[in-house]
Amino acid sequence: MSMNTSGLNGVMQNAAALYEKSRACLNNFKSWVQLDSSHLSDGRQLAVKYFTVAVILFFAQILFGLLAATQFIYPGFLYEILDFNVNRMIHINAMIVWMLFGFIGSVYWFLEDESGTEIVGLKLGNIAFWVFTGAVTLVVLVYLLVQIGPGKDSSLWFINEGREYIEAPRWADVGIVLVVLIFFYNVVATFSKGKWSGIAGVLTLDLVALAGLYVAGMFYMTNITHEQYWWWWVIHLWVEATWEVLVGVIMAWSLMKLLGVRRKIVQTWLYIEVALMFGSGILGLGHHYFWIGTPEYWLTIGGFFSALEPIPLVAMVVHAVYDAGTHAFKNGNHPALAWIIAQAFGNFFGAGVWGFMHTLPQINIFTHGTQWSASHGHLAFFGAYATINIAFFYLAIQQWRGNVWMGGGIQNAWRWKWALALLNGGVLGMTIALLIAGYEQSFIERAVEGSTWGGYFAAQNHPSFQNAMGWRLFFGGMTFAGFILLVWDLLTIGKSETRKAPEIFES
Amino acid sequence: MNETPLWASESFWKKTAIWVTAGSFLILVVLTMDSLSKTSAGSKRVPAYTVINKKIDYQYNKELHKSMPVIGENEFLFGKEYTEDEARQLVDLGKKTTQAKNCMNCHTLLGNGAYYAPDLTKAWLDKGWISREMREDMMVKFLMDPENNARTFGSNRKMPNLDITEQEARGIIAFLKWMSSIDTNGFPYNFKTIEAEE
Repeated sequence: MSMNTSGLNGVMQNAAALYEKSRACLNNFKSWVQLDSSHLSDGRQLAVKYFTVAVILFFAQILFGLLAATQFIYPGFLYEILDFNVNRMIHINAMIVWMLFGFIGSVYWFLEDESGTEIVGLKLGNIAFWVFTGAVTLVVLVYLLVQIGPGKDSSLWFINEGREYIEAPRWADVGIVLVVLIFFYNVVATFSKGKWSGIAGVLTLDLVALAGLYVAGMFYMTNITHEQYWWWWVIHLWVEATWEVLVGVIMAWSLMKLLGVRRKIVQTWLYIEVALMFGSGILGLGHHYFWIGTPEYWLTIGGFFSALEPIPLVAMVVHAVYDAGTHAFKNGNHPALAWIIAQAFGNFFGAGVWGFMHTLPQINIFTHGTQWSASHGHLAFFGAYATINIAFFYLAIQQWRGNVWMGGGIQNAWRWKWALALLNGGVLGMTIALLIAGYEQSFIERAVEGSTWGGYFAAQNHPSFQNAMGWRLFFGGMTFAGFILLVWDLLTIGKSETRKAPEIFES
Repeated sequence: MNETPLWASESFWKKTAIWVTAGSFLILVVLTMDSLSKTSAGSKRVPAYTVINKKIDYQYNKELHKSMPVIGENEFLFGKEYTEDEARQLVDLGKKTTQAKNCMNCHTLLGNGAYYAPDLTKAWLDKGWISREMREDMMVKFLMDPENNARTFGSNRKMPNLDITEQEARGIIAFLKWMSSIDTNGFPYNFKTIEAEE
């Protein structure tokens, strides 16, 4: 008994010491980083919370991506400890969630500015943030520690739904919808109290679709054709429709603020983009219905409309570059603008060109389910979504430091430039390596060997595939280096800057 | 003089955006209802679960220029003929197990998933199971103890032990057999089944 008590005391003392130590660490960090939250409105303080978690999840995405990439080369690495399926699941889930955190943060960032009033349900927004963050932590812990369950409903409810991208267990699905609804309420109520705008209208309707579509993926079905049918409703209509429009909204606002583009121009472009995006993207969903058992007419519809999907992305490039050009690139935040330009091109090449390359059914029958999709996925998610979020991190840090100068001649500008170069170069390198692997797989596994298991492994064992996996890991490392530099830069940029940012006027 | 032409006006594009979105979505809803009815279990494209009682093959159809599932005479799974209800329950257990074991983050199903392990769409028909006589037994053993029955094809990639029970393994096999009978518009192309003559 006494031993137990002393053991318990020991644990308590250790815990207390650990707590003190981590508090001291946190305080040291705070005094080093010198960020002053009094520069931010309450709404923007909520936004930077979302950004902070987004950066942490971005780290998780890269870390688990590196583990999975290593397993392609050394299959015994972490075998039956952290198997490929666990690493890969966390890799893609962390991505989805950090992007959502980034988008929600970005919207909270401009909500007060755009509506001209304070956020209505700030307290609710803060609660939702902590609930969301807590839920994500719990889900990841279960992924890591429990991993799998028996073939029962309870496994799908509490461990893992086992469906790519939306693996989160059912209880978390319910939570996600609740959090998005709170977010939606905040957006609508704040615009209603303040003033509406074209941007506000598009944002509101887009969020209705975003929350509503998620529900389509929350059901279990024995019939895998039906299940994958609805599953794509969520994945495709999120990523290739509602997310793209959300980014269009965020982009529209940031072009006004960064470059001083006139609202009328920005909003007209936004409507054009919505028309083109939904006009091609909604029925472009058909390119996921080629081979899952669905009727043949999807080959025509999916092929045609998804071939149109790059058009709005071209429009977005024209829009961004034209605006930047007419304003002679004069802007108050060079890193943010650079990332926005990276977004325009990354979105066009990653989502547009790379998607188009294998979207026609005549080609897709050979590329479907090969590293082609991974190649497209890497460049598209990074180009379209990671970039815009990073641009907002830079916008946020500038205000967090008190609207300091972040134009030409900032100190240590090499950091943001090298972070930009390493991240973009790293992702592009992975994309090319995976593309080569995908070509090789389409040819050897699919065309020649006829997609049997033997054919699959013949392609996997081929030196050109193996080399490609080596290069992918190398460029993954480059991406990681870029990420480290990015975080360092975000924490230090503008720290000893005394000049204020120039005022950007609408013109 | 400086009036904005219609094609460059904000209100024109706003209306266009609304109509295009609403129109596309409406078409999608109609197509969705049609597709779901044409792919319910028991339809021409997606056979009933009792198809697990039959011999299934996947053969190249010269007229259609693609491979099509071919459903043949009786070929019971584990030597038993399943009723409609039993077949559905067994396939359901298998499907649920593939989700609970997170198969999709290594394998692809109907070509969707991860690319670390082979596609499962026609796994039931794969030549890797050597012969029809050995197939069921090999599959059960492999699923329950993949480490000691590893099928690495010289890749050193081994499926981990996922604590699959015998009943779950049988469910997975029933699910795979049923899935191999779905008409996937000729995907995968050029696939030669365990039934094919060399």
